[in-house]
Amino acid sequence: MANDEKNNRGLLDRLQFIDRRYIFIFIALAVIIPLLLGLRFEEKPSPIVLALYDKVDNMPPGSRLLMSFDYGPTTAPEIQPMVDVILRHACLRGLKVYLMAVWATGQSLTVQTVEDVLIPEFPDYEYGIDYINLGYKAGNQGLIRVIVDDMKRMYSTDANGTDIEQVPMMKQVESLKDMDLIVSFGGGFPGIKEWILFAGDPGAIPIGGACTAVSAPQLYPYYPNQMVGLLGGIKGAAEYESHVLDRYPDSFKTKPTPGMNMMVAQMVAHIVIMLFIVFGNVMYFMYRGKERKLAMEK
Amino acid sequence: MNPKTIKLIIFIVILTSIVLSVYFVSMDRDSIREGIFVTSAAFLTLFIMSFLYKDNPYYKFAEHLFVGVSAAYWMTMGFWGTMMPNLVAKLWPGAVRGVLPALAEKDASYWFVIPLFLGLVLLMRLSPKGGWISRWALAFIVGTTAGLNLIRYLRSDFIAQVNNTIIPLVDKTEAGISFWGSFSNIFVFIGVLCGLIYFFFSKEHKGFFGGAARIGILVLMLTFGAGFGYTVMARISLLAGRMTYLFGDWLGLIN
Amino acid sequence: MWRRTVPIMITFIVGTVLVVAEFIPHKPFGNLGEDFSLYFDIIAVFAFILGGGNLCRVHFSKVYRKKTDWQFSIVTLLGFFVMLAAGLFKIGNPEGIQGDVTAAGSLFADLYDSMFTPLQGTMYALLAFFVASASYRAFRAKNIDASILLIAAFVILLGRTPAPSLIADFFAGAGITFMATAFNFVPTLTDWIMDVPNLAGQRAILIGIALGVISMALRLILGVERTYLGSDSK
Repeated sequence: MANDEKNNRGLLDRLQFIDRRYIFIFIALAVIIPLLLGLRFEEKPSPIVLALYDKVDNMPPGSRLLMSFDYGPTTAPEIQPMVDVILRHACLRGLKVYLMAVWATGQSLTVQTVEDVLIPEFPDYEYGIDYINLGYKAGNQGLIRVIVDDMKRMYSTDANGTDIEQVPMMKQVESLKDMDLIVSFGGGFPGIKEWILFAGDPGAIPIGGACTAVSAPQLYPYYPNQMVGLLGGIKGAAEYESHVLDRYPDSFKTKPTPGMNMMVAQMVAHIVIMLFIVFGNVMYFMYRGKERKLAMEK
Repeated sequence: MNPKTIKLIIFIVILTSIVLSVYFVSMDRDSIREGIFVTSAAFLTLFIMSFLYKDNPYYKFAEHLFVGVSAAYWMTMGFWGTMMPNLVAKLWPGAVRGVLPALAEKDASYWFVIPLFLGLVLLMRLSPKGGWISRWALAFIVGTTAGLNLIRYLRSDFIAQVNNTIIPLVDKTEAGISFWGSFSNIFVFIGVLCGLIYFFFSKEHKGFFGGAARIGILVLMLTFGAGFGYTVMARISLLAGRMTYLFGDWLGLIN
Repeated sequence: MWRRTVPIMITFIVGTVLVVAEFIPHKPFGNLGEDFSLYFDIIAVFAFILGGGNLCRVHFSKVYRKKTDWQFSIVTLLGFFVMLAAGLFKIGNPEGIQGDVTAAGSLFADLYDSMFTPLQGTMYALLAFFVASASYRAFRAKNIDASILLIAAFVILLGRTPAPSLIADFFAGAGITFMATAFNFVPTLTDWIMDVPNLAGQRAILIGIALGVISMALRLILGVERTYLGSDSK
């Protein structure tokens, strides 16, 4: 009897303090297998995502949209699908797109996005007339503070070194206040919060956000009074992709939907983690029960 | 087996895999350049992931490479993005003729000698004796940050947030009073108030105040639960992103 | 005087001008406020150079003194100088020295894609494994508070995936309608948690942080807080 209990406790011990590498294998498989299967489900947009979609969708052609690339390779798997889908939506609606970066890593991603999405998919979009890459400038919130009043003080040239005064689509733009919508893609510092604090609120400019899931909950207090809408994490990207696909099936049916494609892996991994938590708790309470029983016997 | 022999075998296996990868990717994409760069990205990903097994020289190699490459990346972006067009071109427009011809004919603005001076002073931090003078630049940075943040946080994160919380507790719709809407509005109002009471430590959490603080804790627990859920979501997405690279861009198993 | 009073005066003047400029956005305060922000942006670049310089100093010293793992410091320095040269001289840039430094096809862009991106991306991707491991080992429903946290996390984890509708469809197919209804309700509950309790908690945190930032900014501007000046600042 005592031996059985000892063995039983040994098993509990082992499960309680299992080598974490076994857990790592489960997580890796939970992500890899669904990705290889390539399944995709429709997503229903939540109100906060729909609000940003509606804002972009209702802007008249020729309106100015500033997209700020405030992220890097660390969060690109989450953010890039949002950038791609909003850029496609904006170009489809005929908006003038201003690209810039408050993060140094953002400029490389801006160039990649232009090369991968804008140029091949929207050949009619002309540089300097329909879109411009302003590039990266240092200064974080200090940069936003300057350009909210005078854009050309910081941006004397675009990313290619062209005199900003010679760019047709910059002739009517004096400051950020001339933008009809600013969407910040990021989640860290500086990011959506700084855009709201230093541009949106003082300049009365509509700010939208597309951020990592980690920072999404912290941005809810700004919605809807200080932020028009928010895409939080890959789920936000998937919802936007699904909705835009639903509304513009002809234009979007052949376009990639990385957000929706990742959702199945996301679902399986979430379920595996939930099972781990449940199993860990069951082990913990069984272990604690045994400990108590042993202590009482002593 | 001798540990040295095992290490040597692992090294040979990795080296052979790299060579094979470069060969096959180059063949697949018709470009040796792509073969090298795609293989480099794939193996650096694997080197970092090898830390999950245990710390090892391949992980250390990748980690140290990362530090060097990142520092240089930021320096380069700062140099071409800000220093050349916003400092050098302002002080000596003629000096940038070869790299930024658009700015070469603009008028010089000698006020920019101030940030140049403060910037150089900041670099004095690297000097063993004159490091103290870098405090001037630091003081400027601290002063600017404090000045910028003071008003903006006061307006957007304090006044605006208080304003956003003062909402009608009874949610009236066209169909009448919405029970769920009213409950939510009351929840937000009481939740914010109780959360703030919990953060207020100048008064002991006892009696009514203690009860309110207790409600605050429960609201914060729901908040942290939501935060945890979202954090898991974010981390899984990042892993899925790297896996998509390995199994898609490198191995071609995902379309 | 030069070591303590001057920096405190600089902080005071710059901070005060920026605060006043918010209320009087006209000359001279409006312009000065903008100028100071502009100078701040430029000085930020010198901080990057300082970072690079410091990195070289530390790693050169490590190699010179043959400290533990000094061989890896050579890797750091090599990575640093190769990337720096590729960027500063725009090596392989299709538009030459006048083009965008990040232009596709340049060595800088290739190094970014093949080194910077996988290294930085994978560092963060590793966190998925550690979050899972920590969840198994440390996430315990020991009391009411922890249980509430756990329930909220479970609702979000499930509700932010297509799982609830798939499970609901399964139950609906099996004729268990109340379970189907329950699972169909999960996304609504998720949105409610985010829009109401999460909003309330985050707003309380936000207001608390704002008060902290405001008081710290005041302490800095008025010279009460001097720790940024170093040990001999008192």
